[in-house]
Amino acid sequence: MKLRLIRRDSASRLAMFTAPVLALVLTCLASLVLFAALGKPAGAALHALLLKPFLSWYSFSEVLLKMAPLLLIAQGLAIGFRANVFNIGAEGQFIVGALCASSLPVYFPDGDFPMMLPAMIAFGALGGTVYALIAAALRTRFGASEILVTLMMALIAVQILNYLLLGPWKDPRGFNFPQTVMFPDNAMLPILFDGTRTNISLLFALLASVFAYLMMQHHFRGYQLRTAGLAPRAALYAGFSAPKMVWLGLGLGGLAAGIAGASEVAGPLGQLQRSVTSGYGYAAIIVAYVGGLNPLGIIASSFLISVIYIGGDSATVSAGLPVAAVEVFQGLLLFFYLLTFTLIRFRIEIDRKVPA
Amino acid sequence: MSQPALLRLSKVSKRYGTVQANHHIDLEVHSGSIHAVLGENGAGKSTLMKLIYGVEQPDSGHIYWNGQEVHLARPSDAQALGIGMVFQHFSLFETLSVVQNVSLMIPGKPAELAQKITGLGDQFGLSVDPHAMVHRLSVGERQRVEIIRCLLLNPKLLILDEPTSVLPPQSVRRLFETLRKLQAEGMAILFISHKLDEIRELCDTASVLRGGEVTGRVDPREHDARSLAQLMIGREMPNVAHAAPRPPGEERLRLNALSHPRASRFGTALDGIDLKLRSGEIIGIAGISGNGQQELAALISGETRAHEPGMIEIMGKKVGHLGPMARRKLGFAFVPEERLGRGAVPEMSLADNSLLTAHSRNMLSRGFIKRAAERAFTRECIQAFDVRTPGPDAEAGAMSGGNLQKFILGREIMLNPDVMLVSQPTWGVDIGAATAIRRRLLDMRDQGCAILVFSEEMDELFEICSKLHVLHKGHLSPALDAAETTPQEIGRYMIGAET
Repeated sequence: MKLRLIRRDSASRLAMFTAPVLALVLTCLASLVLFAALGKPAGAALHALLLKPFLSWYSFSEVLLKMAPLLLIAQGLAIGFRANVFNIGAEGQFIVGALCASSLPVYFPDGDFPMMLPAMIAFGALGGTVYALIAAALRTRFGASEILVTLMMALIAVQILNYLLLGPWKDPRGFNFPQTVMFPDNAMLPILFDGTRTNISLLFALLASVFAYLMMQHHFRGYQLRTAGLAPRAALYAGFSAPKMVWLGLGLGGLAAGIAGASEVAGPLGQLQRSVTSGYGYAAIIVAYVGGLNPLGIIASSFLISVIYIGGDSATVSAGLPVAAVEVFQGLLLFFYLLTFTLIRFRIEIDRKVPA
Repeated sequence: MSQPALLRLSKVSKRYGTVQANHHIDLEVHSGSIHAVLGENGAGKSTLMKLIYGVEQPDSGHIYWNGQEVHLARPSDAQALGIGMVFQHFSLFETLSVVQNVSLMIPGKPAELAQKITGLGDQFGLSVDPHAMVHRLSVGERQRVEIIRCLLLNPKLLILDEPTSVLPPQSVRRLFETLRKLQAEGMAILFISHKLDEIRELCDTASVLRGGEVTGRVDPREHDARSLAQLMIGREMPNVAHAAPRPPGEERLRLNALSHPRASRFGTALDGIDLKLRSGEIIGIAGISGNGQQELAALISGETRAHEPGMIEIMGKKVGHLGPMARRKLGFAFVPEERLGRGAVPEMSLADNSLLTAHSRNMLSRGFIKRAAERAFTRECIQAFDVRTPGPDAEAGAMSGGNLQKFILGREIMLNPDVMLVSQPTWGVDIGAATAIRRRLLDMRDQGCAILVFSEEMDELFEICSKLHVLHKGHLSPALDAAETTPQEIGRYMIGAET
């Protein structure tokens, strides 16, 4: 007896919904074994990982806070990924977005103009976009791989951040900590729910999701991007411009990451500090793929990954789980997802040897 | 028969998913016989050969070799028995020499192998320079290398899969002489083909396959091509007499000294190509693939830009610098030879594949896709061109090559082009569908469309074209009147004997 994969006539709708669920179940089973092997209370660890985030309004609001940047960046990245434009350095665009947005309150700490916040978001958006487009220019002009360029540019962004925080932008009254002044109130995003830290950047992310959905599923531009990703030679045959796809894919990814960076400093941080490099840009890659690069799927996956983030924090505290174990949990989830994802396009056929 | 058959198949069946590729196949092949396996595309010929060569295993049935039952789990099992196979698509490394390629499969010192290669070449008319680089060899020479490589394993049975489909007529003659010599040495040969005249000339036995079953075992020398075809397709041969074209109208496509350097080491440079195509005529470009066909087609379609705008004119406009979309706007349409991945996106539905080139047919509103229009167009195409598919939502990648070709051709025809370029219109398409496709092209011609056809099938070109050119090593022959020229003359241009 052997198992064989047979291509389906069309992608299975049923499998599209069951694959993520199956992946989650398999992840839980594997982690139970893993946690038990580590000598940790496996049940309590899973409880903390997956259920605790829902058990209090505050921890749930923290999930939503985490979800906002992940969702926003992942939607932007997924557009590029669908076109085989692999922007791996959203972290860099995120940081540059945060830098550009911070420049306003840093240079006008008492700036009392009402356009402060919208201008910060616009600066962040512009900064992230331009930073990503450098990679687009290098790819279309010289054929440089955008994977390497964006990744290296992310490292450069971190160094720019370090330079500014240790030098010109350091808060003179900040006890030499590498951080800027605290932002004035009019440089802060309005809070969405009283008593929490969740701000309106979640709405930006949801708006971006609607935009991504309309463009990728219903607009000709999205169709061109998908064609370029699935069959580059068919895109060439139809006459869709390949450079345009690169500019668009990278530009939109940078735009989303830039806005997310701006929202981070104008939201939970309230100033520019080193911890702005928290890895959202990299985590969003996983979010985008776990969501099947589908705008609706990404909403679900960003929520799930945020739950695991918050749950992971509490599991390290309450179940004494090492941080690495939480990361392994995330890795397992991605692994099993990619495994079950195959079922969407293929079905398994059991091949019983006919006795000769 | 007193002596047991060299190879005997008894009730061999093979199923892929819902498709019964082979059903209760019985087959006997004797030493010293050239045995034809005849059938349309999709009749199950390839599957049968894979079973005999050990690439796939039958679901049921028995295979006997010299009267002993055998199980062939992999090709090396078949080779160990003495079965050799020459595939339709060659498996040679272009960057290696002939002897290097051979030594990848056959043990021995290069010098000895080179000697053996020359020896076999002399003996069977398979002359080829053992030290030549493969990428410099013609298609015929490459095929000889493949055959020699098989012969070095001392096979008792040689399988040839559509060996003549890539050869010019002169090389076909030469191949047949070789095969007759091998036959005289006592070798059994399985000759897979759908070309009836060749089979009647060469083979002493023919098994006809249709729909995965053997529908006849005949001596092809005693049947005419019509009755063989009837066995093969199960009904009368479609009538192929066509109305003569009306005198052509105004010029629609013109190539002016079109030259283009080769894109890679294995590409072909095009050199000073001139061509005029007028409304209401079909011009054919004959020649073996790899002589610049792909390069020329991509230049005409706009996938490759020409160096000067004036090198290509469509509808009287200089378009060498324009992309495919701009050329389509002028009334150009193109059916490429690769259907999956170029003419259609495998992972997308047929409806979404309509959008690929037919988006200008009122399928967009402010850039948003009008799903209803997309589906209506697709349904019309499926119906008008007899595409066998569950519907517009079926994915292109799950369709058979012939069906997909009908869809792509239909989509391009429904754009009502003024000029159309069609590359290999009937590759991998069964006879019925091929006839329908040629009929469609002639209808288009009669409605005033200007059509340029690239094809390796010479019969096809003679059937539908009024003028023929031959493309050989990037040079285009002068226009030959199809009514006056002969396949032999075309063949001389194909091998470069005339320029």
